[in-house]
Amino acid sequence: MKRSVFLGSVAAFVAASGGAALAAEGDTLKAVQDRGELICGVNTGLVGFAAPDASGNWTGFDIAICKAVAAAVLGDPNKVKYVPTTGQTRFTALSSGEVDVLARNSTWTFSRDTDLALDFIGVNYYDGQGFMVSKDLGVTSAKELDGATICIQTGTTTELNLADYFKANNMAYQPVNIDSNAEGEQQYMAGACDAYTTDASGLAATRAAFADPENHVILPEIVSKEPLGPAVRHGDNNWGDIVRWTLNALIAAEEYGVTSTNIEELASNSENPEVQRLLGSSDDLGAMIGLDKDWAKRAIMASGNYGEIFAKTIGEETPIGLARGLNAQWTQGGLLYAPPFR
Amino acid sequence: MSDIPAPAHQPFRLSMLLYDRRYRSMTIQVVVFILVMAAGWWLVDNTIRNLQALGKDFNFGFLFQRSGYDIGSPPIPYNSDDTHLRAAVVGLLNTVIISILGCIAATFLGTAVGIARLSNNWLFARLMTIYVEMFRNIPLLLWILIVYALLTEILPAPAAYRGEDPEWSKILFGNVALTNRYTAIPSIGLTNDPGMLDLGFRIMINWATIAFAVVLIGGWLVRRVVLNRAQAAQDRTGERPTTWWINLAIMTVPSLLLIWYFGLHLIQPELTGFNFSGGLNLQNGFVALWLALTLYTGAFIAEIVRAGILSVSKGQTEAAFALGLQPNRTMNLVILPQALRVIIPPLTSQYLNLTKNSSLAIAVAYMDLRGTLGGTTLNQTGRELEAILLMMLIYLALSLLISAGMNAFNARVKLKER
Repeated sequence: MKRSVFLGSVAAFVAASGGAALAAEGDTLKAVQDRGELICGVNTGLVGFAAPDASGNWTGFDIAICKAVAAAVLGDPNKVKYVPTTGQTRFTALSSGEVDVLARNSTWTFSRDTDLALDFIGVNYYDGQGFMVSKDLGVTSAKELDGATICIQTGTTTELNLADYFKANNMAYQPVNIDSNAEGEQQYMAGACDAYTTDASGLAATRAAFADPENHVILPEIVSKEPLGPAVRHGDNNWGDIVRWTLNALIAAEEYGVTSTNIEELASNSENPEVQRLLGSSDDLGAMIGLDKDWAKRAIMASGNYGEIFAKTIGEETPIGLARGLNAQWTQGGLLYAPPFR
Repeated sequence: MSDIPAPAHQPFRLSMLLYDRRYRSMTIQVVVFILVMAAGWWLVDNTIRNLQALGKDFNFGFLFQRSGYDIGSPPIPYNSDDTHLRAAVVGLLNTVIISILGCIAATFLGTAVGIARLSNNWLFARLMTIYVEMFRNIPLLLWILIVYALLTEILPAPAAYRGEDPEWSKILFGNVALTNRYTAIPSIGLTNDPGMLDLGFRIMINWATIAFAVVLIGGWLVRRVVLNRAQAAQDRTGERPTTWWINLAIMTVPSLLLIWYFGLHLIQPELTGFNFSGGLNLQNGFVALWLALTLYTGAFIAEIVRAGILSVSKGQTEAAFALGLQPNRTMNLVILPQALRVIIPPLTSQYLNLTKNSSLAIAVAYMDLRGTLGGTTLNQTGRELEAILLMMLIYLALSLLISAGMNAFNARVKLKER
């Protein structure tokens, strides 16, 4: 797995020097439709967000985005090939054309959006970095972690936030640079690090997979803003629009009360003009992005609207148990706000 | 070509480039050269155009930006405010440290095992064979991961050393604490600290270190003078003056005086807060990598040493025994010097392998060059091409340095034709 990081970089080098330029400049939509399959870069395994279940099917919050895009573009939510990427390989995989879209709880930052030549198409989860410690350590605040050994996934924004946070608070720490969430979990469980830090949602998901989740606490400090969202390559704006508006369709669907159960009914007899446009009953928004009228309807039917996806994968009813918090609709005091469909 | 007389009556024709033996080799070389250049040009041109298509440029400016990340136990002062360049240097130093330590340990281990495999003791020789076959036939990465996993899973967290009646206590007369994060060993303290010499770029060396280095090198030079004079006396009179006590004094007395003067003492690692401090914490990644590299490369070196020894004709041993040399002196004075000539060229390859294999450090969170420049820096800046190229250049330079050093050593020990 470690080798794959290196191979990924080499692959990028080869791709950059070899002939795989089509992905960068070409028409991703056409490439995906010709292939009949969407290639989606996902996490190597983070329960609730992206992880294979017992029968090997990928499920999770980020997976739902892949499925919605596949449904919109190809008409079938299952025509997705999932490519697991680590914190180190993810952006290289995207920019080398190995994946069409990256839905892998990645933080939207300035330099990634510009210098790395990626386009973050929106935010599907507003997150922040937290710390998890074992209960018997007796630590109740991140401010008490002076001198601690801390496991951190390398190549992430959390790695930089960690350095900033400890510097700002004039504390010392010993970083243990690990490569994937699974490795971090193993090191943390073995006690090789006092604390594990990553996005608070990731901590909750990781803890949910423990045999004894009650013995671990997530400290109250949230030390950063981590807007997580899907990303595509720079340069193919039409493809970027498709992914962006697919996400927006999921969010808007929740706002207008369109769910996977009532969508057929609403498509035929909704009075709300916004819903009519969204579901393609009036106007033809799909044609503007190179798709058919029903694209958004299929995307929503893939795994439900944003709220349904959240509740099914990471919500309070699931073992991960995340509250909506910032991720509630703007009408409910959250930050989710889809621009109008017109 | 001048010694092949060209028939004058035959004018030059184009087909001669292919069918005339005089020109054919030239034609082939020219064609191959053009093809290689064309392939190189195509690669470079394609890279540039594809980088443009991706909207990326090619520059090394990122090396001078703030790195923003921390590295555990850096060998030179480093923090997140330093540049990516300094992070890369920290990584390079870690690579060099693990390579040197690995080469030294693997050489000792390999030599001992190589000799032991030829032992007359059947069990001992077979055990060594098992070791060699085990290690050289299983991928190095697995060994590194196995050692790392053992260290992490078997050893306790530092907290196990806490309290009146701790679960674990320090071993080796209370000097060394084994934990699942690091091995805490005592560090060296000075009561009469002479201060630091600043070499620039915030790299410091303690004056005491310099004093010890001067004394040791000076002692070694004086010892050579003494030995040369003893040799001269022996050549002149046939009797060799006793020198062992002079040599012993030269090598130890000045060092002991320095130890007394600076007040050298050991600082024990103590558990404070979450971790041990005061001593030196050897990270498990480092320990695992060092052990695995040593054991793995040692197996190859053992075979090289064995082959070298077997290459020395048995007559040499018999002649040495006939002269009354004891077995260990036969080995040291007769066989090994001759075997070295066979051993050193393949040994150089093993040193090169070890150095390059050290890049597997990424598997155990040891921040070597691959972990800093080719890992975190590459990821945080997205400069794949630049970082990988730079890394290739540095590994190339390191390897060429090792080769040059070993070739110089080889030139000294190889058979001198007289």
